[in-house]
Amino acid sequence: MSTFQIDFGDTQSHIVGIDLGTTNSLIAVMEPTGPRILSGIVPSVVSVTPAGEVIVGAEAREMLITHPERSVYSVKRLMGRDAADIREELKLFPFRLAEASGSVLKLQFGEKIMTPPEVSAHILRKLKRDAEEELGTPITQAVITVPAYFNDAQRQATKDAGRIAGLDVLRLVNEPTAAALAYGLDKRKEGVVAVYDFGGGTFDISILRLHEGIFEVLATNGDTHLGGDDIDNLLMRIAFEDIQAEWGEDISGKSDAVQLLRRAVIQTKEQLSFVPATVMDFEYGGKRYLREMTVDVFDRLIQPIVERTLAPCRACIADAGVRIEDINEVVMVGGSTRIPVVRAEVEKLFRARPHTELNPDEVVALGAAVQAGILSGDVKDQLLLDVTPLSLGIETMGGLVSKLIHRNSTIPASATEQFTTAVDGQKNVLIHVVQGERELVKDCRSLARFDLKDLPPMPAGLARIEVRFLIDANGILNVTARDVRTGAEQSMDVKPSYGLSDQQVEAMILESFEKAQDDFKERQVREARVEADTILAAVKKARTDEAFRELDAEARAAIDRDVQDLLTVYNQSDHLLIREKIDQLNTSTHTLAENMMNTAVRGALKGTKI
Amino acid sequence: MRFYEALGLEPKLALDSEELKKHFYERSRQWHPDRYSRSSAAEQQKSLEMTSVLNDAFRTLRDPVARAEYFLEQKAIVPSKHVPPELLEEVFEMNIALEELRAGDETARPQLVEARKRFNRMRDEIDHGISVLFLRYDEAEDASHLLAIRSVLDRRQYVANLIRDVEKELNVHVSN
Repeated sequence: MSTFQIDFGDTQSHIVGIDLGTTNSLIAVMEPTGPRILSGIVPSVVSVTPAGEVIVGAEAREMLITHPERSVYSVKRLMGRDAADIREELKLFPFRLAEASGSVLKLQFGEKIMTPPEVSAHILRKLKRDAEEELGTPITQAVITVPAYFNDAQRQATKDAGRIAGLDVLRLVNEPTAAALAYGLDKRKEGVVAVYDFGGGTFDISILRLHEGIFEVLATNGDTHLGGDDIDNLLMRIAFEDIQAEWGEDISGKSDAVQLLRRAVIQTKEQLSFVPATVMDFEYGGKRYLREMTVDVFDRLIQPIVERTLAPCRACIADAGVRIEDINEVVMVGGSTRIPVVRAEVEKLFRARPHTELNPDEVVALGAAVQAGILSGDVKDQLLLDVTPLSLGIETMGGLVSKLIHRNSTIPASATEQFTTAVDGQKNVLIHVVQGERELVKDCRSLARFDLKDLPPMPAGLARIEVRFLIDANGILNVTARDVRTGAEQSMDVKPSYGLSDQQVEAMILESFEKAQDDFKERQVREARVEADTILAAVKKARTDEAFRELDAEARAAIDRDVQDLLTVYNQSDHLLIREKIDQLNTSTHTLAENMMNTAVRGALKGTKI
Repeated sequence: MRFYEALGLEPKLALDSEELKKHFYERSRQWHPDRYSRSSAAEQQKSLEMTSVLNDAFRTLRDPVARAEYFLEQKAIVPSKHVPPELLEEVFEMNIALEELRAGDETARPQLVEARKRFNRMRDEIDHGISVLFLRYDEAEDASHLLAIRSVLDRRQYVANLIRDVEKELNVHVSN
């Protein structure tokens, strides 16, 4: 079951909480005084430089403009999906698929190819490294947040990303639930709370009951492809048309222009949360496009997008079995909740003033850190009881779905079914597991096919195989099977419909480990060279000093020789050798340094009256 | 009965919802996987087993109808597949109206809307009255009371199916 072993003696090791967002990512840790954000916000952008180096965050965001073909943003939209799924996304996002890869998407970055979990792993690795630097201890375990409405494949892909980045993902926590945890912990709240989480790429609504430290999710709903990105894309489409009319030129195919325009659009959107009108200002190829945008126009444009969040809210209220007036508070999470019209619509629907006092960008990461504290035992009174967002079922005769675990069931949740054979001597039984609310298999999402194999030859209907479906606390499905007659575990093959196989993930972990070693080595060499630069510059400067002229010929020759030695190894990639030569030069300049110090002191004394 | 054991409750048909919730929360605190993230694989597995049963138990027992269905199933009292005789005439008329609506005859609609209202009221009455039957059984633990509950549940299930059928048809034509 568990693949990790924890060292009890090591109280220093932190479990971190990570918000792996569509637009931005954050890492936080639980401290005795409460959760704290480590380092800063990392834009969820990954680029590969022409030299083949992978860069992440703010730097990569700059490369989006200069090298759009080597950069990817909003990769979260691709997690746990395949080429057919994302046909729509491809029209709007500059994702470049490496090949028509069936179940595993591959993205092209110049000459480099990566799967979405690998891209996410780079973001995680950057967060991990930044946090390690700040805490001064290695980080190996993490809680990562996911949209509540993520399906099994999307969750599995997120967990894979963690593994590839060298993290034991102790728990996946739903983002709105994490927000409630950060929110409720702070206020010691009781009652029913709705969390409206409208982020860069996903929308979630969750309704929770808070009681004596228990955070019980009553229901959740959402849309994993609805967020601030959609607002940006809408504004961009309008700008493309305007520009076409004004300049007589279609720039929608020019990826650098697209990224510059995206930046202008985002700026306009953000400003309109604070001012009644602004001007979208975009320059490209020596031409300029200006467009005035008022809040009224903006509100009208985005109204359909905001509307799309309201139906899931109503469904969630109904599923939670509460009346609107039972909901005491609405907590707002995600950058898109800064938009006034979003707040107004939420207020109208819930008939309660939305809470906006927590930083909507940070609250999810803070909640993830609280959950990490619960897992480590540092936080004792709080407990999260979450639910599965989608029903789980199996395919039956005629392409119909038989539901085994209903949506909004508290997890861990399980169901047991017995299977048998239909014809004499049948050796295999195939079980097709799907996720979704519809009645037909074709309208649900295929999760996996389980092949119960090597059944002993028997007349039809005599075999009795009991299959147990268990959704764990991460919202991920585990399946086990048992022969009822013998009690023995039934062997089976699992073919996940989407995502990476275990072997593929293992290979990526291995590769990334080797890469990490390379990275580490490279960093050590770079650091040694920086140190060499410092000492070489100091020696060069010292040559003009009086103290240098006072040295005997032998000492001067030794310094010259060691400088030469250091320069010889400087460009080699062996940091130990560079350090050895630095030490040598340090030794030969020891007397010089001392003399210079004395001269300096003498000089200082000369000018001072005692 | 496993679900009652999981929650540490006596096997009674009538349950106080606050009491049920209290037991659920207590046992969740004790067994939730979050409490075992630093334990051995065997303990983690046990926590997973315990909580999945606990969650299943709470989900079933907090709903009076699901609770009674579970209780009767444990007592090996199976549902009947027959149409409750007192509903026969009503069902016959409703089916004719449904056919008419399907054929595009909108004059059948008011009759169906009326039928839906009546069935909903029937279901509410059953839900309301069933708690008395629960108490009656809990006091005497007489099997004949269980049979009475069974027939009420059968009737309820039948009415629920009728509501579903009517609603489906009414909605289809509204959206056209």
